[in-house]
Amino acid sequence: MTVLETLVPVAATGLFSYAWLLIAIPLAGALILLAGGKATNAWGPYLATLAPFASFALGLAYFVQLLGQPASERAVRDGVYEWIAAGHWHFEVAILLDPLSVAFLLLVTGVGGLIHLYSLGYMAHDPNKRRFFGYLNLFIAAMLILVLADNYLVLFVGWEGVGLASYLLISFWQERPSAAAAGKKAFIVNRVGDLGLLLAIFTMLAMFGSSQFSVVNAGAAQLSPAWVTFIGFMLLVGACGKSAQVPLHTWLLDAMEGPTPVSALIHAATMVTAGVYLVVRSGAIYAEAPKAQLAVAIVGVVTLLAGAWIGCAKDDIKKVLAGSTMSQIGYMMLAAGIGPAGYAFAIFHLLTHGFFKANMFLGAGSVMHATNDDVNMRHYGGLAKAMRITFVTFGIGYLAIIGIPFFSGAYSKDGIIEAAYESQPALGILALLGAGITAFYMTRLILMTFLGEKRWQSGVHPHEAPALMWIPLVVLALGSFCLGMILNGWIGSWLEPIGAEAPEHATWLPDFSHWISWVVLVVVLIGVGIAYLLFGRKPVPATPPADVSPFTTIGRHDLYIDEAYVKGIAGGTYALGNGVAFVDDHGVDAAVEGLGAVTLATGSVVRRTQNGYVRSYGLTMLIGLVAAGVVLILTQLV
Amino acid sequence: MTPDLYLVLAAILFTIGLVGFLIRRNALILFMSTELMLNAANLVLVSASWVHGVLDGQVAAFFVMVVAAAEVVIGLSIIVTIFRARRSTSVDNESLLKG
Repeated sequence: MTVLETLVPVAATGLFSYAWLLIAIPLAGALILLAGGKATNAWGPYLATLAPFASFALGLAYFVQLLGQPASERAVRDGVYEWIAAGHWHFEVAILLDPLSVAFLLLVTGVGGLIHLYSLGYMAHDPNKRRFFGYLNLFIAAMLILVLADNYLVLFVGWEGVGLASYLLISFWQERPSAAAAGKKAFIVNRVGDLGLLLAIFTMLAMFGSSQFSVVNAGAAQLSPAWVTFIGFMLLVGACGKSAQVPLHTWLLDAMEGPTPVSALIHAATMVTAGVYLVVRSGAIYAEAPKAQLAVAIVGVVTLLAGAWIGCAKDDIKKVLAGSTMSQIGYMMLAAGIGPAGYAFAIFHLLTHGFFKANMFLGAGSVMHATNDDVNMRHYGGLAKAMRITFVTFGIGYLAIIGIPFFSGAYSKDGIIEAAYESQPALGILALLGAGITAFYMTRLILMTFLGEKRWQSGVHPHEAPALMWIPLVVLALGSFCLGMILNGWIGSWLEPIGAEAPEHATWLPDFSHWISWVVLVVVLIGVGIAYLLFGRKPVPATPPADVSPFTTIGRHDLYIDEAYVKGIAGGTYALGNGVAFVDDHGVDAAVEGLGAVTLATGSVVRRTQNGYVRSYGLTMLIGLVAAGVVLILTQLV
Repeated sequence: MTPDLYLVLAAILFTIGLVGFLIRRNALILFMSTELMLNAANLVLVSASWVHGVLDGQVAAFFVMVVAAAEVVIGLSIIVTIFRARRSTSVDNESLLKG
């Protein structure tokens, strides 16, 4: 951690003092589109598409500037304004540009910009296109706040912002009940994670008096182990919510209800990586809390296997990709849970995954575009000939995700498996198994979608997508292919200042010096082979076969975790609610109604005196008079 | 001279009025009984005034008479209205407003 403490951010000067523009540009885009109303219908989407590219260009300038500085000075802090000043609390909105945040900045704006471009084609005929682009810009702005913040409190603002944008975009087709429900589910499940993050921030504020990264990092070593472990676990809960890790992953599969570019942007390339960012950013906390760190690694492994399992069983192309996203983010969490040795690989895999997963999701969108929005892979088959560009770009993404040497995924995933094996052999072997399963389900997807015989529904005439859609695909495919070679020898040393350990002698060539790299390749090829034997050699039935192994059934039901939530947590809440309702009906209501009944009964007794006979009233008056007289006389006597 | 006989007479008048009020049903008789009780009270006031040699009681008696006259005006008009509507002045029948 000594390296980490020497990286003291310098105050922003020159071009760096305009860093707030990075966030302000997409935010202004969102404001113009959402507040401008129908007046911006015609040109709004184009303006919105320019916004992330503008931020990207600015980010690229900052990246080049940081690159030109010595490693120990690659951190710039740009205070924007004082947010809260109350007593001894001072919270500043400040932007931190360091190797980690710049890597995210370029990923978010670069891939985000390409997805904006793709959406111009994909959403061309949607009546609410303007609103869609407004939300997309809002998302980019929120994500940039998240990754550029220099303290946890501002990070939390971005964290909630992406949650909001995600909710708005998942339920974008709000007229569909399933989309509305999926948006709500994502929002609510994310709240659970947010609670964890909030508790972590509160603890930091109580312990350090500040939530600034530099203060927290410096103070972590002096804090009592119990508190550090608590913060670590709470940060993990937050990361689980946002990054769709077991057990808070259930929202991600439903989030596929949103338009496909959203799935690509938010639920594959950027937002779901926020949890990984959080863990890597909190490296100093985890360095002091080995238990929390191990928990991160275990959550990662469980998720990578669970996601792969779900991916194997689904027929919906987007759900397979969603399962695979879970699984790949599981890899990143695993790497982040290994500690400094894994940080570089976590971020490396995050970047390569951002490219190849966005590529494949957009490819899936292109396939859906060609087949009247059908997502069932059993209705595809033989699309390779009809959609050559989509097939080739998707194929590159496929080779990257399963980890074929020279493709980007191979470098990062091999690195994670190797690092995991070095730290905990059991984790490494499970991650290795995950790599085999990944190869299996991705091969299944390719075989069912692009190869084999045609199983198209009647009236479907697949055709290549318009240029606006395939250009981003080509760019992303190029990234999926060569990003690994470009970054492999460099990313470790780039991230070293933020606490990562650079792997030794990494070059642009695949590294087969460790025996485990060979094993990974063999396992991957076995996975591909099994998938080919099962799905490539015999026709795929148009309806899902019913007589399947329990493994498939469990996978088709998302491992029954939703059911467990409904029966366990929701069931308990229902029971509690019924109990409260019972008390309300038989306790509170009984008391209130009893009061009424008593009054009524008293009334029915007392009303007898009001019989309507004048003489009885007269008699009453007489008795009253006599009584008053007697009292008067008696008191006179005394 | 003592006012005993006046007081006894007043007591007798008041009792007659009271009993009449309690046992009769005819609204007119009830009214008359009420007047009787008021006048019994007047008698007590006047005799007390006479015994003490001051005019307070007599003034009070005039007030009572004025109130009684006003009451008779309203009371009789109500009774006449009821009689027109129901052809009866029995107060036992007039119990429509009972709870």
